[in-house]
Amino acid sequence: MVKEEIINMLAEATDKDAAEIEMETTFADLGIDSLDMTEMAMDLEDKFGIEFTPSPEINTVGKLVEAVEKLVAEA
Amino acid sequence: MRRIVITGMGAVTPVGNNVEEFRTAIFSGKNGIAPITKFDASEMKSQVAGEVKNFDANAILGKAVARKIDPFTQFALVASREAMEQSGLAGTMESDRIGVCFGSGIGGINTLCTDHKNLLEKGARKVSPYFVPKMIYNIAAGNIAIEFKANGPCVAVSTACATGTTAIGEGYRTILHGYADAMICGGAESGIEPLTIAGFANCQALSNSNDPETACCPFDKNRSGFVMAEGAGVVVLEEYEHAVARGAKILAEVVGYGSTCDAHHVTAPDPDATYVTKAILEAYQGLGDIDLSEVYFNAHGTSTPLNDKTETTAIKKAFGEDAKKLHISSTKSMTGHMLGATGTVEAIACILAMQENTVPPTIHYAEPDPELDLDYTPNVAVKTPINGAISSNLGFGGHNAVIALKKI
Repeated sequence: MVKEEIINMLAEATDKDAAEIEMETTFADLGIDSLDMTEMAMDLEDKFGIEFTPSPEINTVGKLVEAVEKLVAEA
Repeated sequence: MRRIVITGMGAVTPVGNNVEEFRTAIFSGKNGIAPITKFDASEMKSQVAGEVKNFDANAILGKAVARKIDPFTQFALVASREAMEQSGLAGTMESDRIGVCFGSGIGGINTLCTDHKNLLEKGARKVSPYFVPKMIYNIAAGNIAIEFKANGPCVAVSTACATGTTAIGEGYRTILHGYADAMICGGAESGIEPLTIAGFANCQALSNSNDPETACCPFDKNRSGFVMAEGAGVVVLEEYEHAVARGAKILAEVVGYGSTCDAHHVTAPDPDATYVTKAILEAYQGLGDIDLSEVYFNAHGTSTPLNDKTETTAIKKAFGEDAKKLHISSTKSMTGHMLGATGTVEAIACILAMQENTVPPTIHYAEPDPELDLDYTPNVAVKTPINGAISSNLGFGGHNAVIALKKI
């Protein structure tokens, strides 16, 4: 569920087809910069009731999904 | 002495979302003023505005771009694309010889209101990271430079309602003095928000009438204030020899710019109009060889009691008895007042008037004001040779900006 949500958010933000976005895709590939990331973090916080601060290490879709899933499980 | 010409123009306005639609509208006297649809204005003193219609930013710019910029920058980008396409300049010159001089009266007020609400209702963590780069008024200039890879001088100007004229004037000087060979100049505004409507209404600037057919009636005896509008105007200025060398289509020449300040009061014009007169005369110098009967004067003509009176005084002081020969009109009667965008859109109206040899009318003109006795081209366009044009815009803060354009 986190995975689908994140992929849909990224597709919406970048005008790309959700099918093009894979777990290995980097945010650089998608043209997502640190401002986009912060904005997306805000949306994820609202959606999942978590508190999430992006970091440079979270640089692929898969790593983001993993980080958010962990926070959701802890919440 | 370098000469500066215009080789591209673009417009997003309440009467048309490109220059051709705008052309058809202004010569047919189309009214772009209507009841406000952007929000429930029933509690507002002023309930009409000149909104841009049928503008789907997501469809035109793509969602990825549109969501990261305020509506004023959306208008700015669309109008600059139109102007740059017409000029054919993109990719033809050294990138640091083309610059941007672009402003806004207010900037991203829509973004400001949205994120301020987020701060109050949801807390500091929910203020968008795009808040600042969407809201600051210079960001349209920055986005235009990015869009066209313009590495030359990039400045934002803000002289309230005179912004769109100041932008052209300062861009003109930038080329004149050799700092660039081409400049993308203009202004954009999207300020129809409850906060701004309430603020302008309370400073007694807005029309008392909520009838779209009478609210904005420049130079009419019953005028009571301006009507808020939105949009963007862009012109591409280019050094004459540069334009000729690449075979560009030249639309008009910029032959003068006058820039002064009343230094009198924050909102009210100086009734003596001394420095509006000076700005008009400075701009007019470049048109000296053209008879005033062949000059179109696109007035600021906001429909406020004081502006239209002061501007008439200035025109009379500048030209004496000959002022009666001038073809004057206020296209704001059709568009409403696009604040920072208005000066550039009205410069475009001047170019179209020269192209068509037709003076766009001042619509909604019903009852003459005995004190205002010049030819304001009431209600219907007039076909007559037009070889030069003057556009005047005056802003809160006492800013007076006037440019003169010539047929070429």
